[in-house]
Amino acid sequence: MRFDRRLATHFEWLLPLLVLAVCAMGTMTVYSATQATGEHGPSPLTTRQFFWLGAGCFGMVAVLLFDYRRLEPVALIAYLVVLFGVIAVPFIGRIGGGSRRWIPLGPVSLQPSEFMKLALVLVLASHFSRTRPGPLGLREALLPLVLTAIPAGAILAQPDLGSAAIVAIVAFTMLVLGGVRLRWFAALGAPVVVLAPILWRHLKAYQQRRILTFLNPDMDPLGAGYHVIQSKIAVGSGMLWGKGFLQGTQNHLNFLPEQHTDFIFSVFAEEWGFAGTIILMALYLAIVLRCLLIASHARDRFGVMLVLGMAGIIFWQAVINVGMTTGLMPVVGIPLPFFSYGGSSLLCLLVGTGLAMNVSMRRYFF
Amino acid sequence: MVAVAIAYVAFTLVGVRLWYLQLEKGEEMRSLSEHNRIRLVRLPGSRGVVYDRHGEILIDNRPSFDVVFVPEDARDRRKTLQNLAHYLGDTEPAIHQAVRAPSKRPPYEGIVLRRDVDWEGVVALETHQLDLPGLSLQVVPRRFYPFGSLAAHLLGYVGEVNESELRESELREGTSTYRLGDLAGKAGLEKAWDNDLQGSAGGEEVEVDALGRRVRVLQQVPDMPGNTLTLTLDRDLQETAENALGASDGAIVALDPRNGEVLVMVSHPAYDANIFARGIHRDEWRNLVQDPKHPLNNRAVQGQFPPGSTFKIAVAAAALERGAATPATSLSCSGGIPFGNHFFRCWKKGGHGTVSFHTAIVQSCDVFFYTMGQRLGVDPIAEYARRLGLGVPTGIGLEHEKTGTIPDTQWKRRRFDQPWFSGETLSVAIGQGYVTATPLQMANFAATVANGGTRYRPRYVKRIDSPDGTSSRETEPEVLGRADLKPSTLAQLHSAMRDVVMNDSGTGKKARVVGVEVAGKTGTSQVVTMGEDRERSNKGAEATRDHAWFIAFAPVEAPEIAIACIVEHAGGGGGAIAAPIVQQILAHYFSRSQGPLPGAPQQAAAPPPGTEGAHAF
Repeated sequence: MRFDRRLATHFEWLLPLLVLAVCAMGTMTVYSATQATGEHGPSPLTTRQFFWLGAGCFGMVAVLLFDYRRLEPVALIAYLVVLFGVIAVPFIGRIGGGSRRWIPLGPVSLQPSEFMKLALVLVLASHFSRTRPGPLGLREALLPLVLTAIPAGAILAQPDLGSAAIVAIVAFTMLVLGGVRLRWFAALGAPVVVLAPILWRHLKAYQQRRILTFLNPDMDPLGAGYHVIQSKIAVGSGMLWGKGFLQGTQNHLNFLPEQHTDFIFSVFAEEWGFAGTIILMALYLAIVLRCLLIASHARDRFGVMLVLGMAGIIFWQAVINVGMTTGLMPVVGIPLPFFSYGGSSLLCLLVGTGLAMNVSMRRYFF
Repeated sequence: MVAVAIAYVAFTLVGVRLWYLQLEKGEEMRSLSEHNRIRLVRLPGSRGVVYDRHGEILIDNRPSFDVVFVPEDARDRRKTLQNLAHYLGDTEPAIHQAVRAPSKRPPYEGIVLRRDVDWEGVVALETHQLDLPGLSLQVVPRRFYPFGSLAAHLLGYVGEVNESELRESELREGTSTYRLGDLAGKAGLEKAWDNDLQGSAGGEEVEVDALGRRVRVLQQVPDMPGNTLTLTLDRDLQETAENALGASDGAIVALDPRNGEVLVMVSHPAYDANIFARGIHRDEWRNLVQDPKHPLNNRAVQGQFPPGSTFKIAVAAAALERGAATPATSLSCSGGIPFGNHFFRCWKKGGHGTVSFHTAIVQSCDVFFYTMGQRLGVDPIAEYARRLGLGVPTGIGLEHEKTGTIPDTQWKRRRFDQPWFSGETLSVAIGQGYVTATPLQMANFAATVANGGTRYRPRYVKRIDSPDGTSSRETEPEVLGRADLKPSTLAQLHSAMRDVVMNDSGTGKKARVVGVEVAGKTGTSQVVTMGEDRERSNKGAEATRDHAWFIAFAPVEAPEIAIACIVEHAGGGGGAIAAPIVQQILAHYFSRSQGPLPGAPQQAAAPPPGTEGAHAF
């Protein structure tokens, strides 16, 4: 590779610093959440999270070494490979928490649905790079919808409602920001409203229960509702300054479900208080705004859409996850980006960050 | 830009929410978390009660007490456990081991230290509650089998759900209705009807004090008991059958040939399901599993035995239908026939002389059926055997049901990659060789012959009621197949089977019941090869002795009950050993419908005991 001085001049510093700050807080909280009572030293899960953080940083740097435009022609292939993984999960997957989501690969297990989020952003960006800017009609929206519906359906069947929802929402975001007019979504949305009751019957019993519990938490105070209540207690009891690192009682007395993955925010909020949570929220906001800024300066439409997609992934997962642990939204399995325990998610997000940096650094290349 | 605005708005909303929870309501939430002593106590739903056909309770629930320990509530664990050991008269190490046992339980949910504590223990723990912080007694419904080992294999038993069962049920239904530690059916109808019997769990939100004692119940979702099952089983008749079989190993199945209802299902040796209900000890379990007689196996559906001469009924049906014999066919039996370089013997050493079709069945002449086998070939025999329900699953819906083997040329090629040798047909014709069947199949075989060729699916559940009595569902008779036998064939079979019991020259006359026309067929199936050494083997080691079979139905004109009985390694023939057992069951069955009968009517007709027993087929 020819060294280009402009790369150094325009190196994107802010985004990785913001991201790594969140990663550091996340790893620390994973440590606290998985710390067994009365034991010392990091839990095996924390060690694993460190490993994934390292692998992710390596990936983030690796994707800086080539021009992101080279990804445009291979986006579809990457998408198809990941799609194959998503569809293969029911057959070769490992079971966890009532569904098959992981594919064992040597010493690690990968979660193809996490890779799907990134692959979908790539393939949609590549699609929009070939459309003209400005308002788009139904024809330009059709292919992206198909590209989204197939993996979303497969993930929903795993069953993994949370990941399926994120895939759909991120795709929707890219379509709207890509210029597809909202009225087309209204036209497409109408049948969904009609089909909802039919879809409802095909949801698994526990998914129905979760939605019903969200609509009326008192209905099931002993099941899902209990966890939301305990999560809210955990968050609220952090008050201004928190109970201190490793001092969260809700966390260590196991009142929280999934405390190192989907409910990790409650652990953090309990231990670091409002001071901690508002800093974390500010970091997420800064990451999203930085991505939007990078997108607005990108030199081509592929770059714009790529970064917007990444921003979408980070934004929606952060808002929905925090909303869910604070009782604003229904409990669906969505990890807190850069924060929750989970290798596939962390790796994909860091690679995605690398791509956004790549777009930022090559903005003056023509 | 819209996107920037949306990002600001969303994070502001979240920020406001956090401000509200952490600052505005922070004080309240902090105090809630400090006094977070609200615990979820799960109340597993009690399992459904099971009745026999006359409303007698076969499986019930009884309240029992478990000792539950929440370590987080105990200031001084050692002290609490020491005290517990003292009050229960238990050794400390055993209790410490229970505490250390690995479990994925959340700490506030408690460890079950002792199950089913006796009354004295309950009183001791209740009175010394203050010495035992962190301990509590939990009322748990336990399964109770009032008749112990009666019909143990049909009823089955329960045990704690294990992790693999949990995962299986999670995968099947998205989420499991079970939790680790819940009871689930592990065998018999407890397993087969688990979905119905299993109640739905309720729960309580309980506030506890600093010592883990309940202060009050905040909220309660009542549990729902499981459905009530009414079986087709007749407890009274079952008991008669179990007693008649006594200490022998074997199985008895009685069906109603009119609809396939299971009246009796015995498998010996049996076990007492109550030991599973209270939590089986490791060495008890090891003894059951390692017992060479396999008491946990339900021989009625899992035991595959050569049917011996009872199989001649299927051969006779094939012979009449295919024209290999007519009622007028007559053959000469001189004690055996040569085939190839082998001499196939009749069980009667001197031979039967001239035998008609009828007497061939009545006296169970082997030579006659060797000849039928030669004339028919194996495939038609196999076809009629299958039509009558052998070699195919009965579909009763009990775990691990075996299908037995009805060999034919195709089967031989598939199984051994060899052609069928015609000499093998001779063994098949007398129910030996590769032929095997389960006792349930033989009972259904008798029932199918009895009712004129309709093969019903055997059913042991008659009615399913919801616990509140609002809904009730009856199971319906289900026809699985028809044998399509000519009325003349059936008439011949019925008349010959009747004379097996009712004629003085019949091999099954020990099954006679005064006042009822009984039809039957004896069988003695060999465990070792045919030949001279059988006499010796029947006096030798138990494992080499013959099995004794008897199948029967009655009354001949309008059959209400069909029975198959096998006594394993009886060391005697079906007529001597199995027929008297069936006689007792029939006598009991008909004494109820026709009033009491004078006892032991079979004695008058019984032949002198002795050599007869060893030979009668």
